[in-house]
Order: sequence, then structure tokens, then C-alpha cells
Amino acid sequence: MASAASTSAGADIASCILPLRVEALGFRAGDVIALDGVSLNVMPGTRNIVLGANGAGKSVLLRLLHGLLAPTSGRLQWHGGDDADVRRAQAMVFQRPVMMRRSVRENIEFALRLVHAADIDKKAAEALELVGLARLADRPARLCSGGEQQRVALARAWALKPEVLFLDEPTASLDPAATRAIEETVNAMHAAGTTIVMTTHDLGQAKRLADRVLFLHHGRLVEDAPAKDFFLQPTSPEAAAFIRGELLW
Amino acid sequence: MQEIPQSFSLALSLIASLDANLLAIAGLSLRVSGVAVLLAALLALPLGAWLALARFPGRQGVIAVLNGMMGLPPVVVGLLVYLLLSRAGPLGSLGMLFTPSAMVVAQALLIFPIIAALVRQVIEDAWGEYREQLLSLNASRGQAMMALLFDMRFTLITAVLAGFGRAIAEVGAVMIVGGNIDGVTRVMTTAIALETSKGDLPLALALGVVLIAMVVVINLAAQGIKTLAMRKHG
Repeated sequence: MASAASTSAGADIASCILPLRVEALGFRAGDVIALDGVSLNVMPGTRNIVLGANGAGKSVLLRLLHGLLAPTSGRLQWHGGDDADVRRAQAMVFQRPVMMRRSVRENIEFALRLVHAADIDKKAAEALELVGLARLADRPARLCSGGEQQRVALARAWALKPEVLFLDEPTASLDPAATRAIEETVNAMHAAGTTIVMTTHDLGQAKRLADRVLFLHHGRLVEDAPAKDFFLQPTSPEAAAFIRGELLW
Repeated sequence: MQEIPQSFSLALSLIASLDANLLAIAGLSLRVSGVAVLLAALLALPLGAWLALARFPGRQGVIAVLNGMMGLPPVVVGLLVYLLLSRAGPLGSLGMLFTPSAMVVAQALLIFPIIAALVRQVIEDAWGEYREQLLSLNASRGQAMMALLFDMRFTLITAVLAGFGRAIAEVGAVMIVGGNIDGVTRVMTTAIALETSKGDLPLALALGVVLIAMVVVINLAAQGIKTLAMRKHG
């Protein structure tokens, strides 16, 4: 378990597509407005935590940024690179890890092969080492525990050496030990230069990981602040209530 | 009702004595339906997967037609292939009518929609689960198709088996395009039909028992492989 913190995450990640500028981003599905008028910047090398209650629009925001959904209003501009570069420089880890029906190692090699990476064996081994799962390399991924599967998903993302890593509530269904392993890995990736954009509804997790907090409420970005300012002096009543542990709806 | 117990003992003695005639007929049944299922699956797997992922106007209509064709009447398929392959037909010069090849073509046509429709359903369900992950990994449409076919391989065995079961059990198509020629195109089902019309009901029933036993054994074997593989790969 100590491996995440102690293992070097490898070569530093060069910045080429960041910063990301988002202007008045909105997403509407039928009559439901999931996200409305969100403007923000994602700067290189930061850990950005998107905080908010369930249904606040966190997952939708992440999917818009990652390009899995197309915005219905507003725009999103990456600093550099063509479309292929932009796609190639991102990775995402989902709340429920999707494991392919093959071994842990092959799950990672599959992702590398899709982008025609070189040295696939070596990169997959390094990624498994980072998340502390080298000993499970040959186990069928679907037979791993939930926490192990999420670490495989992280290793799969990491093997691609993304400039930006999106994580959608990656620890929502995990126990504290597994959560800690995930958080250590996220920090190791950040230390290697990857920019982190992660959603959570867990206040403690936000405190542990955030450099900056983006607080969403009912599809609107109500607060965007450095982490310590956010937790000490929230400027919006919704954020203040959330930090006090009150239920928001 | 003496026929049923009588036919069971006849079936057993036919099997036990390794009756040469029975072996030839059963062997041809397996060969014809086996090759037909192979050909049909070769086309139905990619087409079903493509249809699962593709989005185009009229797609729902195509799926409805494909699902409907799962119930194609074998005699009608046989008739169409007969018309194609008969001397005066467009493919008459191939001289395939009343050969096992003609039977393979007819059965392949008959079961192609069955396999393709089932593959489409399996892959579309899997796509629902894998879609975001595969898109996030920058998989192209073709790469996603291949990955899904590979990942669903154990479930797809069932789709292929459904096609095989239909092929080996049908009589209408092979009767018309094969002609039930003794030693050339006679298979289990046409032999059963012939013995029934001749009035040799015990023999007809015995052949039926053998046919069912063949299908059950093949399905059991496939199910066993699938269960073992699932346990190993999750």
C-alpha cells in the first residue's frame, strides 16, 4: 500500500494543452438544466476539486470538460494542440471502473495499444507498480475487489501519461483503506506533473486533496476559490452550509 | 403406443452398433450445419456489432426487420435458394443444387439473422456499460467493436449455438435444396421425415432421439467451456 507514495511516478508530464478556459458552459437535456453558465480556468499543475451535493452537476461538468458530452451552450478552449493532441493528453477515471474481461495487465496494455504507444510492456509494468498492484498483474480484472479495480483504472489512466486526469467520484463506493490508496496515487500523479480535476461530495476528501475548490450547486458554479479560503471563509451561503455539514437540496 | 419404448431401444442399438448408415447421416448433418454456422457467424458477428454501435436514419427499422427474420420459415428460404441455384436460375451454372454445398448456403441464410440479431443485442447492452470508458480511451468505432466482441465472447457463444440449434434441427430448407438423396444429401432431419412417411415410426423416432442427443451433447460441451472460461476470466 505504501507503494503509491514511495514509488516515483516516472518522467514529468510536459504541459501543452493547458490552461483550459471555460466560458458560460451549459448543458441542458430536454427541460432539465444540468449545468448553467459555468466559467472557469484549469491551470497546469493544480489539483482542482469539484465539490457539491449529488445532482449538483459535478459529473456533467467533468464529462463536458473531458469531451464525453457536447455543451448545449458556452464554450471550452484548450490552450494548445489540435483535436487529437487534446484528446490524447487527457484521461478519466469513472465512479464505477469499467474492467475489460481480461487480465489486469492486459487492461492497461489495451489502453496503450489504442494510442499506438511504444514500450507497452514496460509502461504497463510501471503503472501497476505505481498503484501497488504488480502482484495482481495476471489476475482477471473482473475478479479483483472494487478498490483494486479502481486502482487498475488509475493505473490504466496513468499509463497514458495524461496532462490532465479527470476523476469522477473515484472513491464513492470504497472503504477508507481503499480510498486512501486512491488518494495517494492521485497525489503521486500530481507530483509527476499531471493536473487533477476530481469531483467528490466528501468534504474531508476535498480538504485532503484540493489546491482549489469549485463548488457547484443546482448546476451553477457558486464558488471558485483556493482551498484554504474556501474552507475558512466561504463567500456563498450554500458553500457555508455545505461546509457546516448541513443538507443541501 | 409401443413406438416410444421400442424406438429408444432401437436408438440405443443403432448408436451401440455404430451403424454405418447412421454415422454417415449424422456426420453430414454435423458438417452441413457446422459449416453453415461458421459462415453465418463470420458475417453476423461483425455486422451485429456494427449495427449495435452505428447510428443512422432507419436504424430501428433495420433492427426490427433483422429481429423479424429470426423467424424465417425454412421452406421459404429453401425455395429461394432453390430458385437461385436451379438450372434456369441466376446461379444455376454453379451446379450446386442437390449438393451439401447448397444445403450449407440455405442453412447459413436461415440462421444469419438469428445470430446477427442476438449479437446486436448483446453488443449494444455491453456498449451501454463500456461506452464512456472506450470513448475516453480514444477507441475508434472499429476498435470499440473488436473490444466488445472480444469481451462478450462467452455470451456470444450462446448466440452462435442458437444458430446451430436452428440449423441442425430444420428440415424444410435442406429437403428442398438437398433433395434427401441417399448417401449424398440425406441428413438426420430429412431421414426422419422420410422414415415417417414410409411408416417406419420406430426408426424415425430413434433417429429423432439420436439427433436430440447430438444437440444436447454439443450444447452441454459449449456450456461447460463457457462456465469454465467465465470462472477463469470473470
